[in-house]
This record gives sequence, C-alpha cells and structure tokens, in this order.
Amino acid sequence: MPELLAPIAGNVWKILIAVGDKVELDDEVIILEALKMETPIYCDDSGTITEIRVKEGDAVNEGDVLAVIG
Amino acid sequence: MIAIFKELIVSSGLVSLTGGNLIMWLVSFVLIYLAIKKQYEPLLLLPIAFGILVVNLPLTFLMEPEHGLIWFFYHYGIENDIIPPLIFLGLGAMIDFGPLIANPKTLLLGAGAQVGLYVTFFAAILFGFDLREAASIAIIGGADGPTTIYLTSKLAPQLLGATAVSAYAYMALVPIIQPPMMKLLTTDHERKIVMSKLRPVSRLQKICFPIISAMTIMLLVPASAPLISMLMMGNLFKESGVVERLTKASSNELMNIVTIFLGLSVGATMTATTFLNPKVLFIFFLGLFAFIISTASGLLMAKFMNLFLKDKINPLIGAAGVSAVPMAARCVHKVGSEANRRNYLLMHAMGPNVAGVIGTVVAAAILLKNLG
Repeated sequence: MPELLAPIAGNVWKILIAVGDKVELDDEVIILEALKMETPIYCDDSGTITEIRVKEGDAVNEGDVLAVIG
Repeated sequence: MIAIFKELIVSSGLVSLTGGNLIMWLVSFVLIYLAIKKQYEPLLLLPIAFGILVVNLPLTFLMEPEHGLIWFFYHYGIENDIIPPLIFLGLGAMIDFGPLIANPKTLLLGAGAQVGLYVTFFAAILFGFDLREAASIAIIGGADGPTTIYLTSKLAPQLLGATAVSAYAYMALVPIIQPPMMKLLTTDHERKIVMSKLRPVSRLQKICFPIISAMTIMLLVPASAPLISMLMMGNLFKESGVVERLTKASSNELMNIVTIFLGLSVGATMTATTFLNPKVLFIFFLGLFAFIISTASGLLMAKFMNLFLKDKINPLIGAAGVSAVPMAARCVHKVGSEANRRNYLLMHAMGPNVAGVIGTVVAAAILLKNLG
C-alpha cells in the first residue's frame, strides 16, 4: 500500500484529510510547519486514505510515514 | 506667574529642538510602523526605533558620555563588545548544524556568498569612504546583524546606526530582494532539481562539531574568537542534551535581555547630527548592493560546483549562503517549491545558511585584524 512520507522534518500543522477520504494525485493533504514556515504536502497517489499515522502538533522526521493510501 | 511659565518653556527641550530632530522623529515613527504593522524584525526594530526617538528629544542627555543612561548601555554593552558575542551564544544554542554536517560541501556556498562583501569593500572605497568605514559597510552583505554591529563598533562607530539598521532591514527584506536574483541566475530546469535526502547525523557528530569547529576556526583566525567561541559553546550546550537550562537561558532569557540593550543602544547612536548625513544614504545603497552581490555569488558558486558534482545540487541553495538565518533558507524553499511543488529545499538550504554565519564571522575577523 502506498505510504505518504514526510519530505522534511517539522511539526504537523494541519491535517486536511480524514480516514475514508478519496484523494487524487497532487491533492494537498497535510501541512507541515518547519522553521515557522508552512509547507504543504501533496499526495503521491490517488486512492482512499486508510490510515493517518500522525495528529496535529506531532513532530515528524524526514521519511516518517504520515498516512497510508489504499 | 508668567515668569514661572517662561522659565518652564526655556528649560524644556522645546526651544532646543532642531529640524534634524523632527526628521529623526519621522524616521523613528516609520520604523515603529514597520516593526508593528509589517512585523519587519520587530524584536530589534522596535527598541531601535524607540532609541532613535528618545535620543532626539533635546536636553535629555541620554547619550551624554559618563552621564546618560543609554550611554552606559552603549559603552558597556557595545563599545566593550559584550553584547554581540552574547547574542552569538544564544544563536549557537538555537542553530542546528545538522544539515551542514550531513552535507559539508555546502560550506563552500557559505564561503561563496561572502564575495559580495569584498566587492562592496572596494566599491565603498571608490565612493570615498575610508578603509575602516568601507569594511563596516561591506559586512552588511553578510546579512548578519550582530557581526555587523560588532565590526562597525570597532572600526567606524560613527556609522553604527546606519549599518545596523540596513543589515536588519535587508534581512527582513530577503523575500523581496533575493527572488529576482534567483530567477535571473538560474534556469527553470535548475530550480526544479530535487535534492536527495540528507544523510542522518549522529548525536556524537553533532557534539563533536562545535568543539572541532571552535578549535579549527580559532586556530586559523584567532581574531574571530569572541564571536566563534560563544557561538560554538551555545551549540555545544544544545547538542550535549544535558544542560537544557543553560541552553534555554542562552537562547531565551539572556538573548531577550541583551536584545533590548542592543536595540536601544544602536537606536540611540542615531542622533540627527550623526545620521542626517549624505553618507548614510550611500550606506543603504552600498549595503543593498553588497546583499545582492552576495546572493548572486552564492548562486553562481552553486552552479560552479554542479559542474563537478555527479549528484547535482539545486543552485538555489547557494542564495542561502548569505547568513540571514533562517529567512534566506525559507526564501530558497519557497522559490524552489514554486518551480516544482514537490521540491522541499528548506533543510538543504539550512546547510549553506548556517555556513554563511560562520563565513561572515571569519570575513569580519579578517577585516578587523587588518584594519583594526
């Protein structure tokens, strides 16, 4: 199952999706905050969100799994 | 009754007001507006602006040597070089050198972006500034506030207000000044380059970095010692992970306290007689020139490195070689993501960005050693 990875380290600022949502390639799904700057994260695949592994406020490292797309 | 009233007027500052004072009030009001409304570096700009205002109220003698309140702040804090190194202690406690350790070749970008400084040094001499003044103006191109203040207070204290304000102003204006240069000097294809993931850096490496850097830099350029020693000790505090209280004290409480005295003292150097001088306009102009050339030389250095690198770097990160941490890195990230929205350059740009701080200090130390 394709996983959505954090491209940079930072804090999860906003989660724009919920489990069960249908997403398309290039949809903006999560916004990370790093060095006081908001960085939108885009979907790499189309599908349905089956799992979200982070919550708003979490600190993530580069390469961490943010969500799983089914 | 009338006599008392007359006496009050004469002893008040009103009769001693000059046109210059009024202009400086305006300057102060503009800076207060920019700090509050536009939030341009408000932590510094606000105390600077207020310092300008109060020092231009006649007969207050706040900057009177041996008497004035702010003179004491200025004398003990800045003239005696106490405050800028303390700011560096706080910076060290905040900076993450990880991206630089992960990708040490970005050190070259931090060095490359100092070219603007030397170009401006010679340009300022052509404009009729003496060597010490030229060095103080050139350092603006390093886009590092405390280093600019440190160097100017030693070489050309009469220019301190102007160089400090332009350094902080241009740092705040990074998102406006840098992108046009970035777009001019890079192709769309280059801006789209996605850089490979940074290698992880171990805790041991992060702890060794400030120790080894402090030793290397200070052995090579001893004049950099006041700033580098504080910077690296702050960083050692942070990376050691065992003195969280000292890390916090350095980066929060102490930093905030000295920032107040720094801003106020710098502002208070700007009396009408020292500031309203055609030279000051040239300083703003040359400072901007320095900043632009530094941005350009960082970008070109990155492109030059790409000629030899198999794993290409995105040349935009060269622009972060001017210090201005982290504004320049953010700006690189933004321009990179405009070209390719899956381009996340922030951490890659932090490497040259923190290297730029070291580069500027070393450049300042070299200027100081030769001209001081």
